[in-house]
Amino acid sequence: MLSSTARRLGRPAAALLGAAVIALGSGLAHGQAKEQFIPANFYWVGPYASGGSGIAGGFIDYFKMVNARDGGVNGVKITWEKCETEYNNARGVECYERSKNKGPTGASLIHPLSTGITYSLIDKGTADKIPIVSLGYGRADATIGSVFPYVFPLMTTYWSQAAAMVNFLGQREGGLAKLKGKKIVLLYHESAYGKEPIPVLTDLSKKYGYQLTTIAVPHPGNEQQSQWLQIRQIRPDWVILWGWGVMNPTALKAAQKTGFPRNKILGVWWSGAEEDVIPAGSAAKGYMAAGFNAPGTSYPAIQDILKYVYAKGDGEMEDKSRVGSIYYNRGVVLAAVSVEAIKVAQEHFGKGKPVTGEQVAWGLEHLNLDEKRLKQLGLSGFMPPTTTACNNHEGSGLVKFQQWDGTKWKILTANWVAPTPEDQKLVRSKMEASAAKYAKDKGITPRANCTDEN
Amino acid sequence: MQFFFEVLIGGLLAGIMYSLVALGFVLIYKASGVFNFAQGAMVFFAALTVVGFMEQGAPLPLAIGLCLIVMILLGVATERIVLRPLVNQPQITLFMATIGLAFFVEGLAQGLWGAQVHALDIGIPDTPIESLMDKTGMLISQFDLIAALICAVLVTLLAVFFNKTRIGRALRAVADDHQAALAVGIPLKQIWAIVWAVAGFVALVAGLLWGARNGVQFALTFVALKALPVLILGGFESIAGAIVGGLIVGSSEKLAEVFLGPYVGGGIEGWFAYVVALLFLLVRPQGLFGEKIIERV
Repeated sequence: MLSSTARRLGRPAAALLGAAVIALGSGLAHGQAKEQFIPANFYWVGPYASGGSGIAGGFIDYFKMVNARDGGVNGVKITWEKCETEYNNARGVECYERSKNKGPTGASLIHPLSTGITYSLIDKGTADKIPIVSLGYGRADATIGSVFPYVFPLMTTYWSQAAAMVNFLGQREGGLAKLKGKKIVLLYHESAYGKEPIPVLTDLSKKYGYQLTTIAVPHPGNEQQSQWLQIRQIRPDWVILWGWGVMNPTALKAAQKTGFPRNKILGVWWSGAEEDVIPAGSAAKGYMAAGFNAPGTSYPAIQDILKYVYAKGDGEMEDKSRVGSIYYNRGVVLAAVSVEAIKVAQEHFGKGKPVTGEQVAWGLEHLNLDEKRLKQLGLSGFMPPTTTACNNHEGSGLVKFQQWDGTKWKILTANWVAPTPEDQKLVRSKMEASAAKYAKDKGITPRANCTDEN
Repeated sequence: MQFFFEVLIGGLLAGIMYSLVALGFVLIYKASGVFNFAQGAMVFFAALTVVGFMEQGAPLPLAIGLCLIVMILLGVATERIVLRPLVNQPQITLFMATIGLAFFVEGLAQGLWGAQVHALDIGIPDTPIESLMDKTGMLISQFDLIAALICAVLVTLLAVFFNKTRIGRALRAVADDHQAALAVGIPLKQIWAIVWAVAGFVALVAGLLWGARNGVQFALTFVALKALPVLILGGFESIAGAIVGGLIVGSSEKLAEVFLGPYVGGGIEGWFAYVVALLFLLVRPQGLFGEKIIERV
């Protein structure tokens, strides 16, 4: 095509045309060079679309706001591309493969938004030097960065959360010592995710003297009569609900049916969104759950999203009332941490330039989201302060507890709740043991000079 | 002993909820010999449509009426677009078509009404009957009892429709042999449209009850999984079989979960019903009330 055009135009004209094409190309390349690509591999259809679409909305809206308000990160615009995973492992891996080389430096990092997809991507992300950020899910032992250099279960893991839950239940009983002799039932989704808290809750039952009973609910959990009849027989003081999707409202309805008080049920953060309680109607009133992000729109960052994105009609959520919901705000947390890691990486490797996945991993290991920084970001009280290090990919372990009042989630604990220091040590030792076993099984030599503090 | 009966009664009532979904499968199978893979999707579509109309301001009875019209239109459209071109094709072809239909209906539901979850209040409280609790100490839900009653009425209506009406007899003739039914002047296309519309109505009832119980969300499509062992046990073409199968599945899985589950780690009710159905298949492949098919090879 170009050669026939050149023949028609003659050599000088062809040379000019060639130069123009090269100049245009370099101009595009220059334009691309000021972009930082982040895949938006989430789920908008299928069984878990209600959660996935909310998180995706908050995630993308935050990037839109940063681009509109600040012109990106030091002038580097955030770009993204959606890929539908349907919460399916094979699709998640396919989306990863499609997105990993996009943008001038490839994918900066990836949020798989599924424990299963996270597991599938650990080896791939490590080989490709693309950080796998499993914020609030995935492997707890990936906190040990010396063994998992490219996996970041940021902020808080299931194990830390289980220990924080026990701490909270102790507070409700009037002190951890009062847990002695109490009965706690763990009602869990029968999957790797659901079984995650069992080792920690079992260890803590020996320490505090409560009696732990674990009851499994087969997937999807839309029928729980037999489980709740067993709970009625046991007559526990507390039920910890470790559910997902339809299992959560079904549990609350079944609790009502068997006369179990809802204010004695404490849910994991994947059981504590509006989507988990609204279908249960009045049966959900009084139910409590953990969370690593607060609900509401009063936070300055959310206000900026409304101002810079929704006021211009550019918001991701068709239903604007979902802005400020638990899942939407969780998406904002995911995005805020991603942007901060890019900023930290830029400050180290060169401001105003896109950074590579390897450099973003460095940024993720040097996050210092303390109260002061969170305030600057307009996210104070919205998410827990988080300070990471090479051998601490969690960086926080803090949660808040909230209660459904029939119409909205109300925060019960003004301050973030952590496991007790001794329990934190116990959780940490379990993580180290598990990571060491993983390293041995996979023949991984842990990174040297990788400590808990930078 | 009281606990045993409480589990048993709870299981029987849960089984009736499974039967309600199984009925939709039976209807289609009776008329076309096809296992309708899209029945779960139709349950979801119906419930979401009712909620969608209610959120547009329609009161519950009007929303149900409008949804019934939508389900009838969906049934007629299914016959016109999906089934009509497949007349006299092998049953596996029709089955594959229903798999495609399931994906389409699931996508259509979320496309029209969004992916959000909804509560559905049909005015029946899902709380224990206090008088029964005071007398016997057993917790039996009002909702479950009323659902059982609705199911009984539905089964009676369907039984009368199939056995006592001209259309019902025509349906049975079509199920036996498409070509022979056509040869004696039974309008196959019309019959299929009717039966898909009736299956849509059954999906609407199932969607209302399951949606009110667990919320209206995509997971309603999974209730079809509960219907499968019921169909294997009861027989694919028997309405009575769907009810008896539901009762057996519901009670056996609950009793197994409560009394066997703790010894094997729990969470067994998901697969226990399938094991019962599998064992049953070995003894009586056509199910309890299914017709024994003898084929020359």
